[in-house]
Amino acid sequence: MPNIQRLKNLSGQAYIVGVGESNKLGKVPEKSPLAHHSEAAINALDDAGFELSDVDALFTAGWSTLDVAEYLGIQPRYTDSTSVGGSSFVIHVAHALAAIAAGYCEVALITHGQSGRSDRAPIPRNPGTPMVQYEAPYGIIGPPVSYAMAARRYMHQYGEDRTRQAMAEIAVSTRKWANLNPMAYFYDKPTTFDDYHNSKWVAWPFHLLDCCLVTDAGAAIVITTPERAKNAKNGSVKILGAGEGHDHSGISQMPDLTSAFGRHTGPQALEMAGVSHSDIDLAMIYDSFTYTALVSLENLGFCGPGEGPDFVASQRTAPGGDFPMNTNGGGLSYTHPGMYGIFTVVEAARQLRGQAGERQLEDCNLAVAHGTGGLLSSTGTVVLGAN
Amino acid sequence: MKNATPKPQPVPQPESDRYWEGLKNEEIWLQRSKATSEFQFYPRNFSISDPETGEEGIEWVQASGKAELFTFAIVHAAPHMSFVGDVPYITALVQLEEDVIVPTNIVGITPEPESLQIGMALKPVFEHDSDGQTLLKFTPA
Repeated sequence: MPNIQRLKNLSGQAYIVGVGESNKLGKVPEKSPLAHHSEAAINALDDAGFELSDVDALFTAGWSTLDVAEYLGIQPRYTDSTSVGGSSFVIHVAHALAAIAAGYCEVALITHGQSGRSDRAPIPRNPGTPMVQYEAPYGIIGPPVSYAMAARRYMHQYGEDRTRQAMAEIAVSTRKWANLNPMAYFYDKPTTFDDYHNSKWVAWPFHLLDCCLVTDAGAAIVITTPERAKNAKNGSVKILGAGEGHDHSGISQMPDLTSAFGRHTGPQALEMAGVSHSDIDLAMIYDSFTYTALVSLENLGFCGPGEGPDFVASQRTAPGGDFPMNTNGGGLSYTHPGMYGIFTVVEAARQLRGQAGERQLEDCNLAVAHGTGGLLSSTGTVVLGAN
Repeated sequence: MKNATPKPQPVPQPESDRYWEGLKNEEIWLQRSKATSEFQFYPRNFSISDPETGEEGIEWVQASGKAELFTFAIVHAAPHMSFVGDVPYITALVQLEEDVIVPTNIVGITPEPESLQIGMALKPVFEHDSDGQTLLKFTPA
């Protein structure tokens, strides 16, 4: 089990000093996934005021660090290709903190690049995995079908109408944030509750507007020691708490369809950081689907099981609401190339450094970034603090 | 509409041959721990309720076929080219009497939310395909 006392000593021993996306997000058939990695890496390093040659540790998912390091032309002394779905990059933040504190490296680069929309060489499934063997022959393939079955079970336990209303609230509030973010896919496109309820079915109970985008995008994060962070060009953000883990791969093996692993990673990250839920100014919660965000809020402990629909009621998570969530517009309305987790950290860092433009929160000092990967399979949670 | 792309076929592994062979004979065979009497799905080379005994700790038992609907979705956007001709179709997680959950399809009813109630009683339907493989689906009992 995690040793919380030792984790408390680790808290704050590394800082995020640079974040960035690739140059263009959305539909980008002219760029390869590796080009998204490299553009984002260069942009994040530029944000930090660091050089590619400063990097001595590389973290990525979806790709092997072998391929990404080779493409970037770097020779890392610490390498981590932990790939457990879209949460991986949040987990990498925690791994970078530990590696830097232990002395393995000083400048960690986390990269992501994925052409979910335009990839010429999509990653094939391994037919030997139990998930493919037992689920795929029945058309239980990919996230919408699996998450929809989890959401239907939640509706059974906690009420269909109030769950539907909560999913609509999240779709609409998240779009309002996207309308404040020029990088968002739906920056220019507002949406209404009617739009939500009238959007087509993808996998009942999911409307199209319950589902994340499918885009081409990349992002990167630079993390370093508190000492070297003093040289950061645009300020820094403290990594205060973290948790990671998983409890299944395929959806049919999930122990409880209404409780993902955030039930462990959220409380751990907050305790390590020495803060409580009411201290959090910004929640960046991976929203592969409206349901993912809803259930994650409960799992993390912001509210109790089945209380999510009341928690998000009346546009509480929208601009001007008292619980700002997914201020970049989320996977639902900003970008979602397949493994979105890194973008939760990118936005949290921007808000904590006061660089979020029109959507900047007042007095944003503490943020939670929470990634969910696979089929509600893995989670990674970090608590980040303004410096 | 006929599907041009072949559907993903199960690739049985050594520990699951017996399960897939059983379905061909319209029988559901599950693994049970000799020590704890707990069933498990999917088949493994040991019992997750009694890991220490390894392969010796497992016995194969034929399931009754009695089942209840645990949850479902109605798929309108095919997640793979091979299912384009099948939408809308019902995916489900079904709880067998032996207290294991299996991923499956519900067939023989209109794919509308109103046709399905969580907890409804189900019975197995063995679908033999032209490649000699059999899938385990369910229909209202």
